[in-house]
Amino acid sequence: MEILHHLAIGFGTALSAVNLLYALIGVLLGTLIGVLPGIGPVATIAMLLPTTYALEPVSALIMLAGIYYGAQYGGSTTAVLVNMPGESSSVVTCLDGYQMARKGQAGAALAIAALGSFFAGTCATVLVAGVSLPLSALALKFGPAEYFSLMVLGLIGAVVLAHGSLVKAIGMIVLGLLLGIVGTDVNSGVERFTFGIPELSDGIGVVVVAMGLFGFAEIILNLESTEKREVIKTKLKGLWLSKSELREAAPAVLRGTALGSMLGVLPGGGAMLSSFASYTLEKKLAKDPSQFGKGAIRGVAGPESANNAGAQTSFIPLLTLGIPENAVMAMMVGAMTIHNIQPGPQVMTSNPQLFWGLIASMWVGNLMLVVLNLPLIGIWIKLLTVPYRILYPAILLFCGIGVYTVNNTSFDVMQTAFFGALGVLFAKLECEPAPLLLGFVLGPMMEENLRRALLLSRGDASVFATRPISAGLLVAAILLVLIIAVPNIRRRREEAFQEA
Amino acid sequence: MPAIRNPKDFCAGALFIAIGIATILLGTRYALGSAARMGPGYFPRILGVLLIVLGGILAVRALRIRGPRIAALRWRPTLIVLGSVVLFGALVRPVGVALSTVILIVAASAASHEFRPREAFVAGVLLAAMAVGVFVVGLQLQLPIWPWQA
Repeated sequence: MEILHHLAIGFGTALSAVNLLYALIGVLLGTLIGVLPGIGPVATIAMLLPTTYALEPVSALIMLAGIYYGAQYGGSTTAVLVNMPGESSSVVTCLDGYQMARKGQAGAALAIAALGSFFAGTCATVLVAGVSLPLSALALKFGPAEYFSLMVLGLIGAVVLAHGSLVKAIGMIVLGLLLGIVGTDVNSGVERFTFGIPELSDGIGVVVVAMGLFGFAEIILNLESTEKREVIKTKLKGLWLSKSELREAAPAVLRGTALGSMLGVLPGGGAMLSSFASYTLEKKLAKDPSQFGKGAIRGVAGPESANNAGAQTSFIPLLTLGIPENAVMAMMVGAMTIHNIQPGPQVMTSNPQLFWGLIASMWVGNLMLVVLNLPLIGIWIKLLTVPYRILYPAILLFCGIGVYTVNNTSFDVMQTAFFGALGVLFAKLECEPAPLLLGFVLGPMMEENLRRALLLSRGDASVFATRPISAGLLVAAILLVLIIAVPNIRRRREEAFQEA
Repeated sequence: MPAIRNPKDFCAGALFIAIGIATILLGTRYALGSAARMGPGYFPRILGVLLIVLGGILAVRALRIRGPRIAALRWRPTLIVLGSVVLFGALVRPVGVALSTVILIVAASAASHEFRPREAFVAGVLLAAMAVGVFVVGLQLQLPIWPWQA
């Protein structure tokens, strides 16, 4: 049983006092930002990255990972009690969770959200551990051509499953790739697109880009809307489930876990997609779909399990292939790079403590969340009553200190402000920032693999089509684009028809 | 001249095209090399061309398919938020964490339509104490606390 040996290494690392502490900090912070609307995991990870320089890489990654799945727990609290998504992945939880709260079942809704998440987290952790070995073994056989095609598929997949215009999203990827190669070219030593600014010769920092696009821009856009946030306090009676509620919810938890685990692995997947898909599935399967939206416990149990499962399994492509599939994983790539770890299949063999320690910590973190979350709900509700006019300057402060301390220069702060302005512009034009961030972290890797693949083939571009794995990956990418493009064409025809 | 029916897509397309052209123009300084021996200019040029093509598709489509208007930018929150952070970045070394935090919090708070100066000042002082405690004392970041330590 090789896997038991690996898990032993993992738990040995994850259960050390230091790593337990960082897992705890991570999940608590994650819950906090999950509860608070207006700040997401990407901006939070960007904020905290600079403080992890001094840590062991494994402790840093354990903490940052905890933020992502911790946010899934926290998001449901706000959704149920305030009818507002604390996190984008708990949007659907509002639908039935809040209705349950109005009927006096807030305790049951929160309990099933937490227990479902824990069950899903446990299953997903086992899945991550089980799938990682064969996948990394496969990935180790990849040459540069395969890697390049895999990145193309990963990037295309990431935008196909996202909403909005496909052409725009691909454009944002290309923009990201371009930003990613700013700085000194490793092969020729030439400084590219640095405009003679010495600070740019090392490239643009991932913290700068993410914090500007996801942190600053979000705050500005929130400030633009004048509507007031109302905190409706619902009385919480007993945080437990009746037997009949449990019986009703259990199948939804199972389905949500399975669906979320699968969708989490797909490029572009992760917590948000999983929760939406699970809600749709539950509604389709229900004997009486009219109950949905009126406080159906399945409408909470399914999506809440799915988003946690999806958050966790989205680590699989990152850990085994080195390919981030959503913006949070792009931040994890940034974190690994900062600690001089090249993400990819070799991490498992070259750094087993880190690899298995991170996986084991996910289960430990989930356990902490389920134990801590319910008793701490009172504190989270109090925090929700802090008005946004006090909250956002505090967030700005943490962002400011975080970004300043990366290199101790005010130039980085100015760059971040520039990306903040860019983020506002993108939002006005409905251009999603997540594909840009993915392209940004993959830019240098993609160029390097393209260069190597064509060097080996002596400049013959057909190498991408003649190597079977590479060809298969590219065909999959093209198919994805076609699938999404066809209904687009159909819809557009209809629109044109209506105009005529 | 056909009318622009989807201003968001049209502007996004124009932006992509402009960046694509700028990339190619700036990139002419970097050696192109060949496919087998790529110079530093090769990959950027591919990206530049891609951006122009994608931007072109967007812009042309925006002439045919109707879409929503671009929401007006509210300058006040944008300028105040970004300006106050840039100010913080410029001040934190010469003035120290304590004072620059108070300045940042009060300045940034003015971006909200619910701005209350006194409350912002109190929040600023409290957050300054916390920032010093967490970042300078706790995490040992090499930052001055007071102006005379800078």
